[in-house]
Amino acid sequence: MKLTSGLLGAAALAASTGTAALAERGSDGHLNILYWQAVSIMNPFLSGGTKDVHAASMVIEPLARYDDGGQLIPWLVTEIPTVENGGISADLMSITWKITPGLKWSDESDFTADDVAFTAGYCMNPDGGCQQLTKFSDVDSVEALDPLTVKVNFSKPKPFPYGPFVGMESPVIQKAQFENCVGANAPNCTAENFAPHGTGPFRVADFKANDVVSFEANPHYRDAAKPGFATVTFKGGGDAAAAARAVLETGEFDYAWNLQIDPVILAQMEAAGRGKVAAAFSNSVERLMVNLTNPSPDLADARSTLEGGPHPFLTDPAVRRALSVAIDRGTLAEVGYGFAGQPTCNVVTAPDYNMSTANDECLVQDVAKANQILDEAGWSRGADGVRSKDGVRLSILFQTSTNAVRQDTQALIKAWWEEIGVETELKNVDAAVFFGGDQSSPDTYQKFYADIEMYTNLFPGTDAETYMTNWTCGEIPNPSNNWLGFNMPRYCNPNYDALVTKLASTSGTETRGEIVKQLNDMLMQEGAMIPLINRGTTIGHANSLEGIRLNAWDSHLWNIADWTRAK
Amino acid sequence: MFNYTLRRLIFTVPVLLFISFIIFLLLDLAPNDPTGNLPMTIPPEVREKIRVSLGLGEPIHIRYLLWCKQFFINEPLNILEQVTGWTIGDGERLRVRSWSTRSPVVDLIVERLPQTLWVVGLSYVVGILIAVPIGVLSAYRQYSWFDQIGTFISMIGFSVPTFFTGVLMIVVFSVGLGWFPSIYDTTHEVTNWESFIYQLRQMAMPVFVLALYTAAQISRFMRASMLDNLNQDYVRTARAKGLTEKTVVLVHVLRNSLIPVVTVIALGVPQVFGGAIITEQVFKVNGLGQLLITGIQGADIPLVQTLTFIFAVLIVLFNLVADILYGLLDPRVRYE
Amino acid sequence: MSETSLNTPPHSKWLDIWQQFRSHKGAMLGMAVFVLITLMVILGPILWDLDPSKIDIRAKNQGPSWAHPMGTDQLGRDTFAAVLQGGRVSLLVGVVAMLLSLFLGALIGVLAGFFKRLDGPLMRLTDLFLALPLLPLLLVIIMLWRDTLRAAFGAETGIFLLIVFIIGITSWMQTARIVRGDVLALKEREFVLAARSVGTSNRMMILRHILPNVMSPIMVSATLGIANAIITESALSFLGLGFPSDFPTWGRLLFDGTNYMTLTPWRVLWPGLAISLTVLSVNYIGDGLRDALDPRLRR
Repeated sequence: MKLTSGLLGAAALAASTGTAALAERGSDGHLNILYWQAVSIMNPFLSGGTKDVHAASMVIEPLARYDDGGQLIPWLVTEIPTVENGGISADLMSITWKITPGLKWSDESDFTADDVAFTAGYCMNPDGGCQQLTKFSDVDSVEALDPLTVKVNFSKPKPFPYGPFVGMESPVIQKAQFENCVGANAPNCTAENFAPHGTGPFRVADFKANDVVSFEANPHYRDAAKPGFATVTFKGGGDAAAAARAVLETGEFDYAWNLQIDPVILAQMEAAGRGKVAAAFSNSVERLMVNLTNPSPDLADARSTLEGGPHPFLTDPAVRRALSVAIDRGTLAEVGYGFAGQPTCNVVTAPDYNMSTANDECLVQDVAKANQILDEAGWSRGADGVRSKDGVRLSILFQTSTNAVRQDTQALIKAWWEEIGVETELKNVDAAVFFGGDQSSPDTYQKFYADIEMYTNLFPGTDAETYMTNWTCGEIPNPSNNWLGFNMPRYCNPNYDALVTKLASTSGTETRGEIVKQLNDMLMQEGAMIPLINRGTTIGHANSLEGIRLNAWDSHLWNIADWTRAK
Repeated sequence: MFNYTLRRLIFTVPVLLFISFIIFLLLDLAPNDPTGNLPMTIPPEVREKIRVSLGLGEPIHIRYLLWCKQFFINEPLNILEQVTGWTIGDGERLRVRSWSTRSPVVDLIVERLPQTLWVVGLSYVVGILIAVPIGVLSAYRQYSWFDQIGTFISMIGFSVPTFFTGVLMIVVFSVGLGWFPSIYDTTHEVTNWESFIYQLRQMAMPVFVLALYTAAQISRFMRASMLDNLNQDYVRTARAKGLTEKTVVLVHVLRNSLIPVVTVIALGVPQVFGGAIITEQVFKVNGLGQLLITGIQGADIPLVQTLTFIFAVLIVLFNLVADILYGLLDPRVRYE
Repeated sequence: MSETSLNTPPHSKWLDIWQQFRSHKGAMLGMAVFVLITLMVILGPILWDLDPSKIDIRAKNQGPSWAHPMGTDQLGRDTFAAVLQGGRVSLLVGVVAMLLSLFLGALIGVLAGFFKRLDGPLMRLTDLFLALPLLPLLLVIIMLWRDTLRAAFGAETGIFLLIVFIIGITSWMQTARIVRGDVLALKEREFVLAARSVGTSNRMMILRHILPNVMSPIMVSATLGIANAIITESALSFLGLGFPSDFPTWGRLLFDGTNYMTLTPWRVLWPGLAISLTVLSVNYIGDGLRDALDPRLRR
């Protein structure tokens, strides 16, 4: 084992000296990055906001991460531990990482297994309010076996042990720097949180919170020829349209993140010829959540809970199927997302081994069929064109967060549902309130005081286990658990729960994928939700910027060390 | 007048304490949440832990008193220490910390002051300097071409919102002509003539947009007030006494017309500090307005509470200044 | 002097004012434009019977044509229909909210300026309202009262009342401060002292002598207020606090159209023009009204 890693290290060194002849660190000058949400803090454990995590990923790095194909690759370690190579114990209770020798922090001290173990203790401290705690779920202890070996012990068998220290949300921080910042002291370490020492290609030169971060190349970065850029300005503020304009039209900036604006405008800006737009896909699915419980205001406290009883009409499979078939997902994708949106009928859309093909009926809009389904189920049109049965009218309150694309989607769906005799009232709520989960607000997505709601969810990385747990009975938000929980449709099926339990004890990517597919199909066929669009993440970059490999599975800036300026 | 000022100043303390409590209550009641903008991948239990670690588990009166202690005792002591270099106590005081950046709110505010003063403050001064002469001249030559054009421009100035004029300016002057940058660089330092020119270029558009809005408002009040006074008997008397037209208009009428204008200007000064939320967003100036709005959106209560409270202090103080100025402008105004 | 009005019967005073108003060319023109706009938004949707929320995705982002005189938006909805329909809400919200805010502002300003005892409390209340952060305040108001109002008055009327109330309650402070400042100076003027010496009651004093003399700042506030109300309404619906997203208003059309400025400029041109024209006409009406109400100008 030792010999292998030594050889690998030597090989890596040889490779790096090889490129040194071609390029030189910092030879490409200055890079301007624009995120329309400004960076608040450089410590992802204290802020899980995507912009903070991305900015921090330029400085601090995980042991392993996902590449742009969704493949797990070693980053600060010599190889990905598996059961086959002995890195994962046979009982699935522990995983052992071998750190690449010779790694240095940006203050020139050595990167050791102690730092890794410290990071785990830092995040798992109960007083720290660590925002990436999920990454460390079921972790019993993390021990440094020797300076280059670290072992993670779990409290129960973990078929998928790549949670801690994998991906942008779980980087390693330096023990020497953060030693006094543990637990309740974590927020008080302003200087440390704003400029952490890292192993990454850049280090923080100046930090203005919620405004702009200035980076400079890390002089102790492991590859002497990288990064290509000497300095980086990471500006925040404005909105998506303004960010697109600054990259594509005025050329003031080289890279802009998350350009979710009307594709027609984006195309017009791209036509100015200064930059390009790119998209990458993972598991972000814009979906309609169907409320299977009754949201009637008359129920007072029992509103939208299992106790309040089933929904008057959305529990009818015919209605849910008709609602889904009446939607033209192709048009939704074209109007709201352009090439960054693909119609989908599944809630799990990637990687390939997770993807089901059993639900593709909904890919093609068929209003006639939807009407026929409703006719056959006994929902007949009244004088005002709205269908009803036994005094129950098909009248839907449809809520989502405030966002131009979502409001367009709402308007389109309303029009299609009108064609099949379903009346729709639209409601949009400020995102900070909708997703805020405030106990006193009636407008949160968890309380779901509406019939249908729309938003996007995804899971980080490639393993769907935690994600699929979202729709188990125990996850239903209700007053007794303070409306905490992710099971918005209030879907409760013992067979589903049993299958999720089985997933938790099954290993092997393909086998797990099969179970995920089954779970996905159950959710789709029993109508807990109506998927609409698989959303890509869109970025814009200057024509002169090269080396970008847009990654939807990890930080967009994961390979920023390789970025260069075309000469 | 001195007694009045003193009495008002003393009375200010309980008023401000009351205002600070109302603001705190309001922010607490508001249904947005500090974990609202986190990615979906962070589960509800972790969100609950984050809330507790921010101190949201405590009852509201404890949190309010904690803020009071941090803001009224710890922060002033801290400033005193920095200014004098003394060490008071053990120096380990809890400061008012923002929830999103985990850094002291006062430091954030100090960091934002330069761009706020450069852009919002300057535009306010420019706005006033334009508005007063336009208002005077429009009133003096009522219904002349000058007056009609001035009316038209100022109507456009405040009926077309800045979210529109700002983007329009960027499309024309940044994208089309390439004269000005569309993104304000807060790290830019003025060291020589060239960098000064750059500073002027990056300020040009936001200052113009804001100054237009300010000038439109103030010039209307100036004009209306001048018109009121130009018809007064004392003007006729003054003219009859043989004073030059210039003296009559610019000394007597202007002085008497300033009361409403002073009110409006005094109301606007705290707004400078409050920043220009929309304009700052459009031009990415990232001053105090942007700080406030990100704080509100992220339910960053300590940040919003502190900013709003400083804002309240300025409002109370400048309204007092306005009241004192009334007495100076018109000796008949008395407050006994 | 201003005493002349004391002896004349009230109906002829209003006639006087009307005649004075009619002789003001700008005011009459403003009135004509305002009436025209009002008629258009009331009758327009009946004559131009295209539904503003009707989606025609094949006709999206079109330029002006006979079928769509102001073009279409990104979903192919007719802009002309939206401007007509949206004007109803915008005008109504603008005028009603402006009147509410003026009433509150003038009332509080006059009371504070005229009665010494009320000055302190009322002005500190003004300070409080000036200091409250708007956005959290809106969120709280909506959370507390939206559903109650919806239940009591129905969805649209409920939201309308709420919006008017919110805008009125958050925008009266400037008027109040200005009016108070003027009243403080006015009440020491000779004619007020003279009126007081003949035993005029406080109520008469305020209605006859104080109010007419603070009309000009109130009229300016009216012009500013109507613009402010129309724009604020759009900000509210953007926050999800106002009308549903498929319910057009001028402010909302302008906001939604801003990003499409280079693609379909007419989408922002028309709503922007509608708001500006309304504000301009209200301004001239205000000018005329002020002149007509000024006792010194009326002969």
